[in-house]
Amino acid sequence: MNKINSLRKDWSLIETLIAEDRKILDIGCGDGGLMEQLEINRNAITHGIELNRDLAANAIARGFNVVHGNAELDLSQYSNNSFDYVILSQTLQAMMKPKDILSELLRIGSKAIVSFPNFGHWKIRLQLLISGRMPVTESLPYTWYDTPNIHFFTIKDFLNLCNEMNIVIEKSIGLTSKGKQFDISESVTGVNFFTHEAIFLLSYKNFEPIKIKSSKKVFAKNSVIAN
Amino acid sequence: MKIKFTTDTKLESEIAYFENINLKLESGDIIDSFKLAFKTYGKLNADKTNAILVCHALTGDQYVAGNNPITGREGWWSRMVGPNKPIDTNRFFVICSNVLGGCAGSTGPKELQNGSDVAYGGNFPSITIKDMVKAQSLLIESLNIEKLFSVIGGSMGAMQALQWAIDFPDKILNIIHIAGALKHSAQNIAFHEVGRQAIMSDPIWKNGKYFENNEVPERGLSVARMIAHITYLSENAMHRKFGRKLQSRDIISFGFDADFQVESYLRYQGKSFVERFDANSYLYLTRAMDYFDHDETFRKNIEFSHNPNNHLKYLIVSFTSDWLFPTIESKMIVNQLNSLSREVSFLEIDTDKGHDSFLLEEPQLDDVIKGFLTNNFAKIDE
Repeated sequence: MNKINSLRKDWSLIETLIAEDRKILDIGCGDGGLMEQLEINRNAITHGIELNRDLAANAIARGFNVVHGNAELDLSQYSNNSFDYVILSQTLQAMMKPKDILSELLRIGSKAIVSFPNFGHWKIRLQLLISGRMPVTESLPYTWYDTPNIHFFTIKDFLNLCNEMNIVIEKSIGLTSKGKQFDISESVTGVNFFTHEAIFLLSYKNFEPIKIKSSKKVFAKNSVIAN
Repeated sequence: MKIKFTTDTKLESEIAYFENINLKLESGDIIDSFKLAFKTYGKLNADKTNAILVCHALTGDQYVAGNNPITGREGWWSRMVGPNKPIDTNRFFVICSNVLGGCAGSTGPKELQNGSDVAYGGNFPSITIKDMVKAQSLLIESLNIEKLFSVIGGSMGAMQALQWAIDFPDKILNIIHIAGALKHSAQNIAFHEVGRQAIMSDPIWKNGKYFENNEVPERGLSVARMIAHITYLSENAMHRKFGRKLQSRDIISFGFDADFQVESYLRYQGKSFVERFDANSYLYLTRAMDYFDHDETFRKNIEFSHNPNNHLKYLIVSFTSDWLFPTIESKMIVNQLNSLSREVSFLEIDTDKGHDSFLLEEPQLDDVIKGFLTNNFAKIDE
């Protein structure tokens, strides 16, 4: 089948993070646009969750496996490691408990892909500094009283949280407001200033099993790291 | 096993006779021969991949679409099934059979006991949803259809669809399960019991032998229907439809006539039901629903089934105002399937029409069913 083009810039970046023939859960899947793209371009098996009734209905009517539900309540039903990738695109900042969600993502999936708007972007800093009012930008277009985004954070904050939770950042892509793409981990200075939107590929620290050889048996233990 | 097909012109139905088949029921009883009345719509394609079984609800029958000769009205799901309808008979071959224990031509309490000229009445063996599905599977087999593309049903029909997924996953590709549950709840059993008591306390019922004098326990059956009908609606829908409006009068009568429109409506529902439904069938079928319980066993049955069921797709639909089979019951099924990483879709449709929504005008239900069938059929057709 012919490959299809992404409808959104971040979707094409997410696609580059995903290997062929994998099982994917898309949280906040909308009407299944990203699922369709990954099924066709990556031969993925996709599942989705969508809170909005009409979008969920559209996705189901388009033939996708979509559960109409709330990620904050409904993720617990999925078994450990039942997906290769769990995708949370542009919604972490709208979650009641982002930290719990993050650990749920990596419980369900071996890897998680998280994208979010960076609140440390210079335009936002400048707006707050100069006008003294909560910033309103293209990626965060809501006024403070009707925004679904209740937890604002910057790239620095996110990196700290990952560090605290023993989450490994396998890949990280930043986008400037002009759509220029760069590797967050490689560009050291000013990343938190210039990144408009960030996409992370996450996994848990993978502890290499230590093999203790005895004459008869091989003992393996996963929970110990030997440095 | 001998199977014979005839057409009953009065019932406008095909009848499949299964003779000397010794159908073993879940209760342990055996029915040696039975018949199923069924209707088909559309054409079976050459590869026999486009067959859909529609399972009817408690008081439904095989007349999904077209004319129903018993009521003289349109089939019960004619808004859903037909040419260019959501379940499109230009594309799909739709089969619907009257359930075992029913009263529209299939073997049930109303029919003559095998080899005698007396009807079963109260001697009919207890039937379960599993038994109905077993009989349906024999019918599908006798039609030389190896695999159904889909099994679709609402309410008691949803129970049958779920039972198909448990018992015959190798013979189906997907199910559409509307307004159903893993189990019949205590409240639902309670309502059914009131209905049954209404029938059984009608002096004409006579332990189910009312037909001997050509009588019908009309009062009991109509009261049972009136109670059940309330559970199919919702408070908002009733208020919207009737409010406190009076029936054919300007002032209240200070008596017990049907002053209110809602009373008159229920009386009409009860009365017209008696004309088309058998009281004993009502007892047996409500009982079958009461016995339905996969609460503890569903997950295990799916996970450890000896029949492969990994390929199954599930579409589960509930309605916000359905208090008989509330959304939480559907979500239990979804949760268990998701915990097993099965291909499940779920939608709760926002409506005030209550449990009966699946039979009524709900555009979102139409869209989802049509899209689910069309797109999944395109995938197997590739």
